[in-house]
Amino acid sequence: MNLSEHSSILIVVVPLIASFLNVFIGLWRRSLCYPLFLLALVICGFLSIDLIQNIINNGTIRYKLGGWMPPWGIEYVVDHLNAYVILIVSFISLLVAIYSKRSLEKELEESKLPYFYSTYLLLVTGLLGITVTGDIFNLFVFLEIASLAGYALIAIGENRSVLASFNYIIMGTIGACFYLLGVGYIYIITGSLNMLDIAQLLPKLYESKVTLAAFAFLVVGVAIKIALFPLHRWLPDAYTYAPSAVSVLASATMTKVGIYVLIRISFTIFEPNFSKDIIPAGTILVWWSTIAIIFGSILALGQIDFKRTLSYILIAEVGYMVLGVNLGNKEGFIGAVLHILNDALMIACLFMVTGGIYYYLKSRNIEDFVGLNKKMPLSMASFSIVALSMIGIPPTAGFFSKWYLIIGAIKAEQWIAVIALLFSSLVNAIIFFRILEKIYFKKGNSTKDINVKEVPVSMLIPILILATSVILVGLFSGKIISSIIQFTVPGGF
Amino acid sequence: MEIIIGKYNYWIYIALMMIGFYAMIAKRNLVKKIVGMNIFQTAIILYFISTAYKKNATIPILIKSQEVIDVTQYVNPLPHVLMLTAIVVMVSTFGVALAVIVMLYKKYKTLEEDEIIEILREKK
Amino acid sequence: MEIITSAKPLFAILVSLIATILIIITGEKARNLREAWTIIASIVKFTIVASMLPDILNGRVIEYTLLAITSELVLQFKVDAIGIFFAFTASFLWIITSLYSIGYMRGLNEHAQTRYFAYFAIAMSATMGVAFSANIFTAFLFYEIITVSTFPLVAHKETPEAIKGARKYLVYLLGTSVAFQLTAIIITYNVAGNLNFLTNGVFHDNISHNLITLTFLLYIAGITKAAIMPLHSWLPAAMVAPTPVSALLHAVAVVKTGVFMIVRVVLYIFGIDILKSLDLGTVLAYIASFTIIAASVIALRQDNLKLRLAYSTVSQLSYVVLGVALLSPSGVMGSIMHIVAHAFGKITLFFTAGAIYVATHKTNISQLDGIGRQMPFTMGAFTVGALSMIGIPPFAGFLSKWYLTFGALESDQLIVLAVLAVSTILNACYFMPIVYAAFFKEPKIDKHNLHETLDKRTLKEAPAIMVIALVLTAIGTILIFFFPSLFLQLAQIVVTNTTGGY
Repeated sequence: MNLSEHSSILIVVVPLIASFLNVFIGLWRRSLCYPLFLLALVICGFLSIDLIQNIINNGTIRYKLGGWMPPWGIEYVVDHLNAYVILIVSFISLLVAIYSKRSLEKELEESKLPYFYSTYLLLVTGLLGITVTGDIFNLFVFLEIASLAGYALIAIGENRSVLASFNYIIMGTIGACFYLLGVGYIYIITGSLNMLDIAQLLPKLYESKVTLAAFAFLVVGVAIKIALFPLHRWLPDAYTYAPSAVSVLASATMTKVGIYVLIRISFTIFEPNFSKDIIPAGTILVWWSTIAIIFGSILALGQIDFKRTLSYILIAEVGYMVLGVNLGNKEGFIGAVLHILNDALMIACLFMVTGGIYYYLKSRNIEDFVGLNKKMPLSMASFSIVALSMIGIPPTAGFFSKWYLIIGAIKAEQWIAVIALLFSSLVNAIIFFRILEKIYFKKGNSTKDINVKEVPVSMLIPILILATSVILVGLFSGKIISSIIQFTVPGGF
Repeated sequence: MEIIIGKYNYWIYIALMMIGFYAMIAKRNLVKKIVGMNIFQTAIILYFISTAYKKNATIPILIKSQEVIDVTQYVNPLPHVLMLTAIVVMVSTFGVALAVIVMLYKKYKTLEEDEIIEILREKK
Repeated sequence: MEIITSAKPLFAILVSLIATILIIITGEKARNLREAWTIIASIVKFTIVASMLPDILNGRVIEYTLLAITSELVLQFKVDAIGIFFAFTASFLWIITSLYSIGYMRGLNEHAQTRYFAYFAIAMSATMGVAFSANIFTAFLFYEIITVSTFPLVAHKETPEAIKGARKYLVYLLGTSVAFQLTAIIITYNVAGNLNFLTNGVFHDNISHNLITLTFLLYIAGITKAAIMPLHSWLPAAMVAPTPVSALLHAVAVVKTGVFMIVRVVLYIFGIDILKSLDLGTVLAYIASFTIIAASVIALRQDNLKLRLAYSTVSQLSYVVLGVALLSPSGVMGSIMHIVAHAFGKITLFFTAGAIYVATHKTNISQLDGIGRQMPFTMGAFTVGALSMIGIPPFAGFLSKWYLTFGALESDQLIVLAVLAVSTILNACYFMPIVYAAFFKEPKIDKHNLHETLDKRTLKEAPAIMVIALVLTAIGTILIFFFPSLFLQLAQIVVTNTTGGY
């Protein structure tokens, strides 16, 4: 049996099985849990590399579950876009897994670790499942697996996290139900659940009101899941109070996978011209995301808790990606897809550094960051690199996605969006330089920082890897675009 | 009138959904919110099953003796199957939500959202 | 034009980056070794830059493509006459400033010296990067690196004022470059499809005039390092930095990067023809004229020596902008010559300000009465610098002013001519009183501290290494006047290539 043939299903099955195993092994010998957990994610990493190589060489993979022919059976379809997102998800979740080992020590009782690892693996299963599947109902199931694991992981955080998690459950369920309703509408008019099949059946039905309702429900459902302003209310609390490792994983992967779903809905299930010409959905989403960018940035400015600042920045970044996807031209789309990667790296690194600061300092208050550069120089150097990338200074990665987004916005003649993008760069500059100034130049007056030192090596390494990759991805963004991203651009752009 | 009576099941689904939605958004008691969530989800199940329903049709079980297969005689089984999966998902969501509520109650000894927020604010 | 491919420009950039790493590794423990790295790097850098000179003088161009990030965003270096002109000036002055910095930092026993030297070296790398950029994208990249790497230098003292100044510095430079310059670059790419510096500009004739005007204004507003009013106030704010930083960066490297970018944009992005046909040169010339006069008037009223020098810099930078805005051969010539003339003159002035501070801890002009007797070398150099700024022969400033005046005549801009005349008078008004007070006024008698007053009559110079540095630059100011051929030749090549002759 050639394993590589089955890698698109294995990548979902491996973490799923490992997740169950973990619970039982945890009852027997707790020390084995972490190695197993890590092993599963390493395997996922290798599988994702295998997948992307396979796709670059051979094109799209269509894997029929149980040998049932589509559209009756569930089909896993992996093309450049999936493989790209899968690579991001498995890479980030592996790094976070390495990071979580020490960071959890102070945030979770040891007896609960096996359950944490299981839930973590379930979340990864869900996210990877969303990305590989070619079936819209199957996607719903994986979406809920990921979300449920997410609710649970967030609830184990500090004091306020439980209420945050509850609010997230309510909002997340509304989002999921909307999505499910959308699936229902699609099903009653096409009688199919397979994305590629629907894509062929649907164009004849574009005039139907049901199609319109289906599109609206799907998009609004996903918009809640990715916290597109003003549907973002659950996100800041949830990501702020969750354990550090969970904040990193959730912020870096969940919203990105949500964007992926949005792309699939807008450009695979529906043809690009549906949201461009038939209904003005593209334009509405451009305006909507422009508002998200502006408000996300403004709200980020006013926060004291740094994780909360990051959460609002994330909301603005989600706006970036939704904007790029809906600009309706090649440049904007490339910018958005590139930003999925860049944003995952940047946000993950920033949340990791924040977690690292919290590890000894026991505070995430920006005012307490005074003079940290002397105590944790490497973390702070990484932080500075990523900060520059968030602002969009070349040659860091952030510049290039912003470059494409702005060119896309200009080509689409969305001048307000151009201004919003620049505005958010400037706001990021204010936010990050205010912090960098504290870290590097303010004289230490904080009494809390007595025991602060550089974070443990296993936490530091992921941070350094991410910071380095922010620069490397920036320098090689042309290569990434020409070998992967350009193939994800939908036809007709 | 025809629309209302003829498709009453769809109207009920919409009404249920609105009730559930209202409870989730407007109620301040956490358990009521979850009840709202359940109603909301049930409405969707009702909707899916309605789409599969056909008058005078039966379940799609083939009996060997029956030679001719007339598709119109059977209801569409797929929505039912989908809803079985969806019910599992919903039950899990319900379970997680209840677990979170238990945690909240242990911490704050109340299930009123306002009171919890009040307690959190005092702590600050 | 003959094109040579060589990695020399890359090496010129990398030298000081490697030095940065060595400086950080060496650290505070071996101060002499750390300072040795700075000096070695500056000399090696200068040698590399100088080694490229013969080729350029023969009309060749050196190119090197580092990395094509995407097909249109390419990290590419091109050494042409104007680039090497700037790089040569900056890298030469870095050697002298390195010496001076060592004296200054040790003389005042400053903290965080490792950080100071490390970031200084990064800033110099980036300056070379701007000088050798082959396209506006590469230039923008290094432009931003300069901004970020000089931020720690401005905030060096870590006092609330220093941080406030540094914050203003960053907000102005980073804010405008992201908001305006980047937009302008993106529009340029979008309409012209090309970001390379070309001698006739990148814009075609069939592009809407309004869009070109908008882009031009965005560039001018976005290149804030040139300190064109009303976006100049970061420069006085940056004077909280240690004096060597003010001297090299805020009189040579950073601000010259700004005017250099403006010259690049005017000549190589837009091209003279388009600007002439849209009359945009005149607009820029008027903005620059306003800056020259207004900044000079403000300089008159400053009592703090460094602030007066800063406003003088604002005013003098606009000479360069004015020259190129005239769009005539002599104007461009004067503009380019003023880059080197002002660099030598102003760095001398800042060096003297720093020397006075190290020797006597005085910062205000009103305290300088009679200081010439105490510090004759320093104040002698100051006089040379001041006279050069005013534009009196035999000092470098005369040359550039000469060409600028010709340029104004060539393009029939009588207003500009008047501006040049008035500003010369204003220059004299704010520099000569200092010279007069230093040499001819009696030191004020401080009754409470008679001992110190008596002390003022005796010789009390700054550390020798600083005095050597400032005397060297003062001599340089004179030498340029007598032996300007190298600079003139380079400027001539630029003028011939861009304006089509002389």
